[in-house]
Amino acid sequence: MIRVVLPAHLRTLAQVQGEVELDVQGAPTQRSVIDALEARYPALRGTIRDTTTQRRRPFVRFFACEEDLSHDPPDVPLPDAVATGVQPLFVVGAMAGG
Amino acid sequence: MSPVRVLVGTRKGGFILSSDDGRSRWKISDPVFPGWELYHMKASPVDPDRIYASQSTGWFGQLIQRSSDGGKSWEPVGNEFRYDGPTGTHQWYDGTPHPWEFARVWHLEPSLSDPDTVYAGVEDAALFKSTDAGASWQELPGLRGHGSGPHWQPGAGGMCLHTIVLDPTDDDRMFVAISAAGVFRTHDAGKTWEPANRGLHSEGIPDGAAEVGHCVHRIALHPSRPEVLYMQKHWDVMRSDDGGDSWQEVSGDLPTDFGFPIEVHASEPDTVYVVPITSDSYHYPPDGKLRVYRSRVGGNEWEPLTKGLPQRNCYVNVLRDAMAVDALDPCGVYFGTTGGQVYASADAGDSWKPIVRDLPAVLSVEVQAVP
Repeated sequence: MIRVVLPAHLRTLAQVQGEVELDVQGAPTQRSVIDALEARYPALRGTIRDTTTQRRRPFVRFFACEEDLSHDPPDVPLPDAVATGVQPLFVVGAMAGG
Repeated sequence: MSPVRVLVGTRKGGFILSSDDGRSRWKISDPVFPGWELYHMKASPVDPDRIYASQSTGWFGQLIQRSSDGGKSWEPVGNEFRYDGPTGTHQWYDGTPHPWEFARVWHLEPSLSDPDTVYAGVEDAALFKSTDAGASWQELPGLRGHGSGPHWQPGAGGMCLHTIVLDPTDDDRMFVAISAAGVFRTHDAGKTWEPANRGLHSEGIPDGAAEVGHCVHRIALHPSRPEVLYMQKHWDVMRSDDGGDSWQEVSGDLPTDFGFPIEVHASEPDTVYVVPITSDSYHYPPDGKLRVYRSRVGGNEWEPLTKGLPQRNCYVNVLRDAMAVDALDPCGVYFGTTGGQVYASADAGDSWKPIVRDLPAVLSVEVQAVP
């Protein structure tokens, strides 16, 4: 079971409160977790990664275990603590003006 | 008199302003999609409770929302805007080729006859169509592909397809406008397109009378006379009497012919409204006076409409999609400002009152009379 913390706008869009819990087959990666997230909450499609390029949106970041995983390739396994549900994967709206 | 609903898109959410008593008292909704940019909200003319909304941010991209109950509830629908075929390139600001990249939906234009059909004008400029109430979108690729696309350049606000005008007398004919490419029209429901910019002249491009490259800010027509088109260009207010074959300048005695919106009175095809703005360098009204100008003769002769509008220390702008008219009698005229005011006139512009003063910067205003 993977725990995911979404930013406020995406919690509103997905109509969830607090953390999201997902079942992911195999060793979880950024890609497989987002695949599972989009499958559970179709309203999130296109909001975290571009639907065409599949690249992370520039102002979206992935944090876990006090590390910034945003620049890891999408198929790199997530840390064990995330894979085992000890720590959540944070999807964060990067700080920017506006 | 029918209740009136004004749909306001702002930099930080949408708002629905409604009046049940002849446009004198207004109820302001809580923000719809608070914190998001609402570039445009527009209702279907054949189903007033069907509303489409373009919701986006720089963080989380583009969403399309649909309401089937007049804005009481919403559901996210399709947000995949995939260019058809090879992406190709347009010109970048420095003149180099730049691949087409989807950024956002600027304008949603519901069909005049089918509530499930809606067009979307997007940045980078292209036209999309949905026939399943927004669930899926297909590009009409004949526009980008007709030949001049590689020569289009973005305006300062991006290379956006911001205006979609449907001909109410001919389902196959429509016009679109792109900054900074110009006007394009189709006679076969979007399969093939041609530029319709003859007569436009733009300083600041190498060939001032080029076929494309003009920064058209908005176009409008009256449904009873679709051969007559009006245009607010970057500079110049223009008119076409032949369905876009040619354009003539009708700026006449305006204090400045720079501006963004242009609208036509709902029942008087020769009555036109613009909001003159000082210049492309100063995006605010001349002399700090917010004045709508009205021509009752299709241009050239204009009168300032000032009653109820601030006549000193006013430095707001009115963006291209932020003006609308209702179909009541007398005609109501509405516009929103970058300062967050939404003004309404229930007497065709003779006098104005603010419906609301302190919204976020207004991007778009649409109005509908609700049966």
